[in-house]
Amino acid sequence: MHLEILTPEKRVFEGEVSIATFPGADGSFQVMDHHAPLISLLKEGVVEYKSKDLKNTITITGGVVEVLKNKTILLADGIVE
Amino acid sequence: MPSLKEVKGRITSVISTQQITKAMKMVAAAKLRKSQDRITQIRPFAQKLASILSNLSAAQSNSDGENWYSQQREVRNVLIVAISSDRGLCGSFNSNIFKGVARLVEEKYKNEYAKGHVTILPIGRKANEYFAKRKVAVVSDYATLFSNLTFDSASAAAEFMMNAFQQGKYDKIEIVYNEFKNVATQILRAEQFLPVVPPATSQNTSTQVDYIYQPSQEEIIDGLIPKSLKVQLFKSLLDSSASENGARMTAMDKATENAGELLKQLRLTYNRTRQAAITKEILEIVGGAEALKSA
Repeated sequence: MHLEILTPEKRVFEGEVSIATFPGADGSFQVMDHHAPLISLLKEGVVEYKSKDLKNTITITGGVVEVLKNKTILLADGIVE
Repeated sequence: MPSLKEVKGRITSVISTQQITKAMKMVAAAKLRKSQDRITQIRPFAQKLASILSNLSAAQSNSDGENWYSQQREVRNVLIVAISSDRGLCGSFNSNIFKGVARLVEEKYKNEYAKGHVTILPIGRKANEYFAKRKVAVVSDYATLFSNLTFDSASAAAEFMMNAFQQGKYDKIEIVYNEFKNVATQILRAEQFLPVVPPATSQNTSTQVDYIYQPSQEEIIDGLIPKSLKVQLFKSLLDSSASENGARMTAMDKATENAGELLKQLRLTYNRTRQAAITKEILEIVGGAEALKSA
C-alpha cells in the first residue's frame, strides 16, 4: 500500500510499504494491504513502517491517519527527532 | 545653477542609495523563495486535513450538536488579529493592514468599538508599534512571532486564541492579513477564525465512504478542529511573510529604478554645468587675448 507521512512543515516519507503500525488514541494498531477505510486519531508515540527492503520508525507528537483505497495518509502534528 | 561640486556630491549619494536598494531587493528575492517553499510544503497537509474534515462533517450532518468552536454567540467582545511585518520598507504592505483593520471595525464592529470592546492582537513589530499608539486594547504577547516562525510557535498563538474564545473572553476572532497571490500582488484578507465557519458540505455524495472511526466521529472532529485552526493561522502567517518579501522586492525594484531616473537627470545637470564653465573660461581667454592684441 501507499504511505504518505506529512507534517505542516515538510513531507517526511512517501512510498510503498507492506505494513504500518500507528499509536492510535485507543491503543496501537497495524494497517496492512487493502485495509478497510479508516480515520483514526493518534496520540504521541512511535510509528513503524516496513516493506521488503525498508524498515523505519519515527516518533510523532500526535496526529490523524486516513486509510482509503489502499492509500494511507498520516498527518502528524510534529516529529520528534 | 548648482555648483559642479554640489552636483557631484548628490550623484555619489544617489549611487550609494541605489546600491542599497538593489541589495535589499536581492535579499528580499532570496527570502521570498524560502517563504514560498514553506507555503508549498504546508499546502498538501492543509488540503488533506480539510478533506478529512469535510468527509467527517458530511457524515455527521444528521447530529448537529453545538460544539464550543462553532458556537454562535451574541457578539460583545471582538479580537482582531493583525498580521504585519517586523521591518518596514515594503511599500504599502503594513499600511494596508492598518487600513484593513480600520475598515473592518468601521463596517462590522462600530458599536463594539465605541464601547471599547474591540481588542487587537498584533503579530509583527510594525503592527505592535502602530496599535500601541492607538486608543484600543492590545494583547502584544505574540508580537514577535515572526522572529522565529515555526508551526509550534504559531500553534501556541492559536491555542491562546482558542482558549480565550472557549472561556468567553471574545465572542468573535478575525484575522487580517495579506494573502500571497504573486510577487507583485497581495490581497488583503479578513477571515473569521472563530467561531468556525462550517465547511461547505459538498453536494456530490460520491465522496461518502463508510469509514471506521477510531475513537468516535465526534471525538475525531473535536481533535481535528484545533489542528485545522492551527494550520489556518500558520498558513496566514506564511502567506503574510511571503507577501511581505514580495512587496519589499517590488518596492525596492521601484526605488532602484527611480534612483536610476534621478541619476540620469543629475548627470545631465552635471555635464551642462561643466560645459557652461568651460565655455565661460574660453570666452574669458579669448576676451583677454583680444584685449592684449588691441593694446
